Amino acid sequence: MTTETLDRIATAVPTELARGRGGGGPASKRVVVAYGFWIFILSDIIMFSALFAAYAVLAGNTAGGPTGRELFNLHKVFIETLCLLLSSYTCGLGALSAERRQPARFLFFAALTFVLGAAFVVIEATEFAGMVEQGAGPTRSAFLSSFFTLVGTHGAHVTCGLLWLVYLTAQVMVKGLTAPVLRRLLCWSLFWHALDIVWIGVMTLVYLMGVG
Amino acid sequence: MKGPDHVFDDRSPGVEEYEPTASYWSYTAGVGLAILATIASFIVSQTHLLWPPGIPVGLVVLAFAQIGVHLVFFLHLGSGSDNTNNILALAFGVLVVALVIGGSIWIIANLNENTMHLNEMTQMHG
Repeated sequence: MTTETLDRIATAVPTELARGRGGGGPASKRVVVAYGFWIFILSDIIMFSALFAAYAVLAGNTAGGPTGRELFNLHKVFIETLCLLLSSYTCGLGALSAERRQPARFLFFAALTFVLGAAFVVIEATEFAGMVEQGAGPTRSAFLSSFFTLVGTHGAHVTCGLLWLVYLTAQVMVKGLTAPVLRRLLCWSLFWHALDIVWIGVMTLVYLMGVG
Repeated sequence: MKGPDHVFDDRSPGVEEYEPTASYWSYTAGVGLAILATIASFIVSQTHLLWPPGIPVGLVVLAFAQIGVHLVFFLHLGSGSDNTNNILALAFGVLVVALVIGGSIWIIANLNENTMHLNEMTQMHG
């Protein structure tokens, strides 16, 4: 067996034909746009990692105030998690319908995604309001400052994602599923899935470890 | 070489371009596994199914498993050769995240250990 055949078995695609390796000319706009957005998402996750680190360091500093065990309601967190997870699912199905040029189906899944995402934001907002009402606002302790910063930043991202979805749905209705609209939808679905991944970290580190 | 009759595109993250019929199943399998992992995390944190000091470790393992499910089934980051660039970018992101979180916790824990507590300090001066 020569080195060349070994190489071919390992990669399956001949190097001279694979665009990602410099062969076959520049990649399509769709691939370039999605890759650029992927880099943005990774940098956003790096920003979240700083907030996670701050929370992990400050979680014990309650300054005599309420602790996570007293404040968190795991039933609500479970419902929140399910809302976000199912909205990621419907977002995937919506993106797939868009790829297959099925606008009615896309609109159905986009509406479902919006409702589930909005339910998540509403549950989180009522949780925050309830905490502030019992005197456990962000000014109470270092623990609560870092809690509101981390969870609030995630919630703000979800809210932005919802507004972006409304904007894209309007574009689909006005312009149809054209190539530029599909590229924007691809970026949005990447963003939405990434927020769900960040939420897994929030759910585990903040809520489950905070209560258990 | 007979000459290229087909150019292999790099794969965009988030798209499964070469298996159009498998995709609905991919999302459904993904959401099923993710819900299972979520329920498992809640059960582990609320019961003594695991040895109590090991619960945080169990939760972290389940979280990583769920993140893996999301990456493979929702973002379609498989091990295919057309995915190399996406995976490399992700690997760099994971490295930075690990450095930021691990490094912060390590440094602050070290500082905490070497810092005199407030009451010790007042005892020394008083």
